[in-house]
Amino acid sequence: MARSETYKNEKKSSIKELWRDIKRNKACYGMLAPFMIFFIIFTVIPVVMSLPMGFTDFNMAQTPKFVGLSNYINLFLSDKIFMRSIRVTLVFTIFTGPVSYVVCFMLAWLINEMPKKLKTIFTLIFYVPSMANIYTVWQLIFSGDMNGYLNSFLINLGIINAPVQWLTDGNYVLGASIAVQLWISLGAGFLALRAGFQNIDRTLYEAGAIEGIRNRWQELIYIVIPSMKPQMMFAAVMQIVSSFTAGTVAQNLVGFPSTDYRAHTIMTHAYDYGWVRYEMGYAAAICMVLFAVMFLCSKLIGRVLNK
Amino acid sequence: MAKINTAKLKASNRSAGRKKGGTIAVFFFLLITGIFMVMPIYLTIVMSVKPVEELFVFPPKLYAIRPTLDNFRDMFDSLNSSRVPFSRYVFNSLYVTLTVTALQCIFSAMAAFVLAKCRFPGSKAVNWIIVTALLYQSNVIYIMQYIVMSRLGIIDKPLALILPSIASPMGVFLMRQSISQIPDSMIEAAKVDGAGLMRICWQIVMPNQKPALMTLVIFAFQAAWNLQAGSLIFQEQYKTLPTVVAQAAASGIAKAGVAMAAAVFMLVPPVVVFMLAQRKVIETMAYSGIKE
Repeated sequence: MARSETYKNEKKSSIKELWRDIKRNKACYGMLAPFMIFFIIFTVIPVVMSLPMGFTDFNMAQTPKFVGLSNYINLFLSDKIFMRSIRVTLVFTIFTGPVSYVVCFMLAWLINEMPKKLKTIFTLIFYVPSMANIYTVWQLIFSGDMNGYLNSFLINLGIINAPVQWLTDGNYVLGASIAVQLWISLGAGFLALRAGFQNIDRTLYEAGAIEGIRNRWQELIYIVIPSMKPQMMFAAVMQIVSSFTAGTVAQNLVGFPSTDYRAHTIMTHAYDYGWVRYEMGYAAAICMVLFAVMFLCSKLIGRVLNK
Repeated sequence: MAKINTAKLKASNRSAGRKKGGTIAVFFFLLITGIFMVMPIYLTIVMSVKPVEELFVFPPKLYAIRPTLDNFRDMFDSLNSSRVPFSRYVFNSLYVTLTVTALQCIFSAMAAFVLAKCRFPGSKAVNWIIVTALLYQSNVIYIMQYIVMSRLGIIDKPLALILPSIASPMGVFLMRQSISQIPDSMIEAAKVDGAGLMRICWQIVMPNQKPALMTLVIFAFQAAWNLQAGSLIFQEQYKTLPTVVAQAAASGIAKAGVAMAAAVFMLVPPVVVFMLAQRKVIETMAYSGIKE
């Protein structure tokens, strides 16, 4: 409608319109404000300040020095351990991402089929590992001598006859880390899915029954999944973040650095440069690469779920 | 007609096409997987009541021969021996955890409601920033956060733990996803009746969002309870339980038992909150009664 007017007028009126729009919605801004104030101060500002860090040489003592793309060039062309960490992260991600996501969903669904009291108990059982920050017990389970629970169990069964060094043998460190990561991975996503199941309108099930839905599978496909999309997206994002940024579990379990860097993830690499060598610029570049990958992944999943 | 009635009857029992055998099979499947999941937790509890000499018995036992509370006593003794009484740490932890949980839930709920159900200039951009912030996990942020906090002068005060934890992008994202399922017609109807946004949010939307809200309570409590003070708090009187418990458990190799006791001790409050909140989640039966 403003197309026939001159450009200047158009701009002016659109700014005026925007201002009117903002004023009309001032209640919205008011409700958003408490969150946004804290969010901007403690998340947005630090993130924006850290973005340019990847292009600098910064050791936390001297002022950052601008070095252009050299951090990124080093990362991809001469850092062999980074290349290895990409491989480790991908293996980690495949197991603790998609696998764990499907497990989360199936368990949340199966628990929903249980009577009321059992629902609470089973949800607790599967969620409690992600509440417990327990590495000591896993160290005892995977302990390399005969005292380790896993070793003594397998020796008793006659599967192995000498104790295995689960946490130091290069062949096993990644597997052990993935097992523990999987154990704690039924976290935020799982709980959100449980809540989602609980929130499905019951009348939908009734309508479904009338329209001839005969079994659990049909109900899952025609009723549950279509009304769970928002929670499924949330769980997917959570799973992406936790599987791509995995590293602390491995560090606590198999030590840092792990044997032959076999459990060295990208996040561990960033930790190494950031907090061990104090090369913050390089660490920031590593994190930036990781962020780009996660961003693409979440976009991809968003596409799939929107279909 | 009669056929539809029986179908309705069946559905109201929520047993459409369900065979008893199937439910029992699901139960046993969950039971067996569940046993594997709780095994490490069970071992932690067992080891926390094992006397020192039993920790290294071969073959390792799945139970304690002579259970004892020595490990717990050791932990409390070493916590009490510092200049600050133990109750002070408990108070600090509760203060930080409860403040963070309450504010995070209230602020997230309001922000999520507005972002899910109102169109206003900038709403899309804010939504985008929140999801992006979730994905941007850089260990460089902590330095910047530290700089911001020291500019604000809150380092070495309890506020250093509270303020940065209040705005959780994850909380808003979770609530927004859940609120987006509420039909717009419900909110429009309330607007026609003259209800303000604040009233719609707390009296119409939130009672319908108990599962998501309670889930957020669980997350917020758990995260705040386990918050490590790290380099933010130096004064003994402001330290919280996770920090001092870790200190008590970390001094000495023969302290595996104490470490287990510390883990069990720290796990109890989140589990209690989880049980209370989860019961609320399960009680909620969604009957929105509104069709789009």
